[in-house]
Amino acid sequence: MVATPEKPAYKVIGTRPVRPDGVDKVTGRAAYGADVVLEGMLFGSILRAPHAHARIKRIDTSKALALPGVKAVVTNADFPAQESGTLDLGEGSANPKWLVDNVLAGDKTLYHGHAVAAVAATDWHIAEEALGLIEVEYEPLPFVIDVREAMLGTAPILHHDLRTNVRARGVDTPKDRETNIAMHMRIEKGDIAAGFAEADIVIEREFTTSQFHQGYIEPQNGTAYWNQDGQITVWTSTQGSFSVRDQMAALLAQPVAKIKVVPMEIGGGFGGKIPVYLEPVAAILSKKTGRPVKMWMPREAVFQATGPTSATWNRVKIGAKKDGTLVAADLELCYAAGAYPGSAVGAGVLCALAPYNLANQRIDGYDVVTNTPKTAAYRAPGAPASEYAVEAVVDEIARALDIDPMEMRLKNAPEEGTTGSTGAPWPRIGAKAVITAIKESPHYNSELQGEDVGRGVALGFWFNGGMESSSSAMVNPDGSISLILGSTDIGGTRASLAMQLAESLGVSYEDIKPQVVDTDSVGYTAVTGGSRTTFAGGWVAYELGQEIRKRLVERAARIWGVEPSAVTYGDNGVITGMDKDGKAQQFTFDEICKRLPSTGGHIAVSVTSRKNTTGPAYAGHIADVKVDRETGKVTVLRYTAVQDVGTAIHPAYVEGQIQGGAAQGIGMALQEEYWYDDQGRLRNGSFLDYRMPVANDLPPIEVILVEVPNPGHPYGVRGVGEAPIVPPMAAIRNALRDAIGVNFYHTPVTPTRILDELLPRE
Amino acid sequence: MQALRYARATSIDEAVRMLREGGETARVLAGGTDVIVQARERRRVIDLFVDIKHIPDVMGMTYDAQRGLTVGAAVPLYQVYGNADVARVYPALRAATHVIGGKAIQGRASLGGNLGNSSPAADSIPAMMALDGVAAIAGPNGRREVHVDAFCTGPGRNVLQPGEFIVSLHFPQPVAHSGNAWERFIPRNEMDIAVVNAACALTLEGDVVTAARVALGAVAPTTIMVPGAAEALVGRRLTDDTIAAAGAAAKEAATPIEDMRGTVKQRKHLSDVLVQRVVRAAAEHARSR
Repeated sequence: MVATPEKPAYKVIGTRPVRPDGVDKVTGRAAYGADVVLEGMLFGSILRAPHAHARIKRIDTSKALALPGVKAVVTNADFPAQESGTLDLGEGSANPKWLVDNVLAGDKTLYHGHAVAAVAATDWHIAEEALGLIEVEYEPLPFVIDVREAMLGTAPILHHDLRTNVRARGVDTPKDRETNIAMHMRIEKGDIAAGFAEADIVIEREFTTSQFHQGYIEPQNGTAYWNQDGQITVWTSTQGSFSVRDQMAALLAQPVAKIKVVPMEIGGGFGGKIPVYLEPVAAILSKKTGRPVKMWMPREAVFQATGPTSATWNRVKIGAKKDGTLVAADLELCYAAGAYPGSAVGAGVLCALAPYNLANQRIDGYDVVTNTPKTAAYRAPGAPASEYAVEAVVDEIARALDIDPMEMRLKNAPEEGTTGSTGAPWPRIGAKAVITAIKESPHYNSELQGEDVGRGVALGFWFNGGMESSSSAMVNPDGSISLILGSTDIGGTRASLAMQLAESLGVSYEDIKPQVVDTDSVGYTAVTGGSRTTFAGGWVAYELGQEIRKRLVERAARIWGVEPSAVTYGDNGVITGMDKDGKAQQFTFDEICKRLPSTGGHIAVSVTSRKNTTGPAYAGHIADVKVDRETGKVTVLRYTAVQDVGTAIHPAYVEGQIQGGAAQGIGMALQEEYWYDDQGRLRNGSFLDYRMPVANDLPPIEVILVEVPNPGHPYGVRGVGEAPIVPPMAAIRNALRDAIGVNFYHTPVTPTRILDELLPRE
Repeated sequence: MQALRYARATSIDEAVRMLREGGETARVLAGGTDVIVQARERRRVIDLFVDIKHIPDVMGMTYDAQRGLTVGAAVPLYQVYGNADVARVYPALRAATHVIGGKAIQGRASLGGNLGNSSPAADSIPAMMALDGVAAIAGPNGRREVHVDAFCTGPGRNVLQPGEFIVSLHFPQPVAHSGNAWERFIPRNEMDIAVVNAACALTLEGDVVTAARVALGAVAPTTIMVPGAAEALVGRRLTDDTIAAAGAAAKEAATPIEDMRGTVKQRKHLSDVLVQRVVRAAAEHARSR
């Protein structure tokens, strides 16, 4: 670890204790959504559209309903009618009208695999059997998959009520015309014409990226029980139990208080387990049948109908002076949102140039609907595609100017006080510290050996989220503390939050028992997403700690007969002061806790807090690759991920987050992509043909933690989970350029595409 | 998955009777790694599974330096690649069976199943073809033998008639100075389906190739023999040029489709590359024995 001098000495923070949920998870006792079993439970299954785009002319469910064992069949018409509006999902938002149409299609199906109808039956096999008995008459419509084609005036239109006023870059869509462009945004800073006029070299390139899936091991699932008294309980795998509750309330038109969401353990989310898919369907099936209904998605449906990323088309033009100073950038980013508006192009725009201090810039972003699954957040949503394109062009400029790529990045690095794309000044950031750590790393200073080997580097940036979190803590007379959390635990946050409470009280981590509870048992908490939980939840843990300290000081003061102001709570958890007779007194934490019942009772505190003092994260990766020129196969020989993590609360989990992000990014760089046939049908909806890397496809991922504490957090925490997925696509692409002399402009760079470049043209 | 019947046969005759009575929707169940998935995904209508794993002939494996290797059709792959004689004498078979699926699949999947499923991209079939394997088949009209290279007739189609099933596979003992090898190309390092796979068995007399069999997978509607590649080798010294000529013949013989796993250009090129690699590896094996 590389720490800056301002990091204080902590007792608990920075250690690597075992996680509270570890034993249950390794012994199989942890309860996931698939483990939910309720008395009288039915099983639900979903019929999905076979076409890329079609009008539903007729649905006849009578034969399915007649099958013995079938208890209900529902369609979109069984949901309350929805008006357009905005529903905050924590990471992204949704229009309830589009959300319900995605959950079960309205008058049109908009992508292959779009949910059309659902069945509840006494067992899963009967439900599946019944799907085949639902008659749907479709009128297939022309479809569009490619984002640039979808922007053309001649493209098939997905939503006839969509209007956007776009007048830029050759796109001309007046407000009164049907369009697939759902949103156009532009940010500008400085004067790009003047900037490019200063440039000695200008490089302009176009890039495309394929659609990637989050690839969580646990498929979407949800069990709902709509009780006869109108109370609705949902058991599900989600990143945000409150987000599920609020989406359910909107889609079912029910009061929030009637809905309780019980978050089960979660087998991965990466942003994809924020929108609801099955839960509202299970709820209306339960309402119809009066019985609990359990649903889960087969893997193919997970690929067909849940959150991939946007496929993107991006044009990047950057000018530099001979000495490597970047002077101007002009970007055009087109992101496919999938079937309904709402890609992450906004974050793509805001992150694209964040690793650079660049005076003159203009970035246009387009959100475009296409006949593909509605995209969902995926780890630093929007950032990897735009930053990949920028990092590739910067690499080409560094090569052309014969400047070390990290030297060039250091020269242009942002720092506290310089401004980003929006013109807002940066708080304390670790961009320069990360670049310096790369330059000084053993990997960067090692020699490459062998033929057709190459090294690439790239930077990555992510804002990190703040938002609202809640927790409660109950202090017990034996000195133990129950910590109640609203954040579902994806990446070890039970541990990281308990550690921060322990630090704040000067007690040991083992004395705190953290648990994740349902939405009726804790205050509102936003999703576990945006790399926010250890940051924002940590703030809450700290504030809980301060409140507990205050109350314990009051108890000591009462016992000693003095004012609380005369009593001190030490960071070691020992309370000291003088009693009313002027005699020095002290209580250890355990001693004062023993006195709680007799001095006014137990202590229970709750905190709900919203903090937006997030610390942005910078990452830099180094990749060494070897290419087999005969087969096009790439072996990643060595990989190092460097990142400013603020303060690593639990360094092992921080390293794990960074390794996981790098692994997913390497998959996107080399192997993973959605593959549609000429009818717009997704053909590789399985882990067999959607090729995420497996363990032996990856080298050990070395991690160097840089700690530049976030001044906006009591312990200096920055979010860490998302930034590491940003650099790999460009780092690998730049390494391939180094290895075989070919610049690639599409990712993933599969063996097929490498051979295409290496073999003679036919 | 629909409700279906399961029956356990303990003899070849009993299995034949069960299959005949079950009619068109009866299916042999060995490891089930293909058929159960097909039934669940409704790609095949199956009303009856006839489990053949309790028939001794179907589960046995014998090797003899005179007669060669016989593998029961349902012997799980881990027993095939874990067998020391297979590793020593038939490395092509060892290599091909070692990479089908993961460990769990290899505990159930079998050579008979892989052949009966008749996928054009099947990993073990080119190895069995190069080794001149022969399938022993039982059916309502008695027993017959079919060479593996004549078994598959199209994607998922083969010479089996209704009521017939594969009992075992036999591989002759290679003559002295023979070697064999198998290789595939996949984008990942494991758990993947071949973009192309290739196998070669050859015999050397000094530096000269006296016999050769070359097979390819995933480049045609069935796995194929490549007689042109064998012709390029037989009677010639095994030089770089000879090997390149075999590769070129393989590239010529390949008639692949373009799909999500690869392009025509890539598959034809890989046919060349992999055939050259397996020829070299087979020669190395031959020289090591």
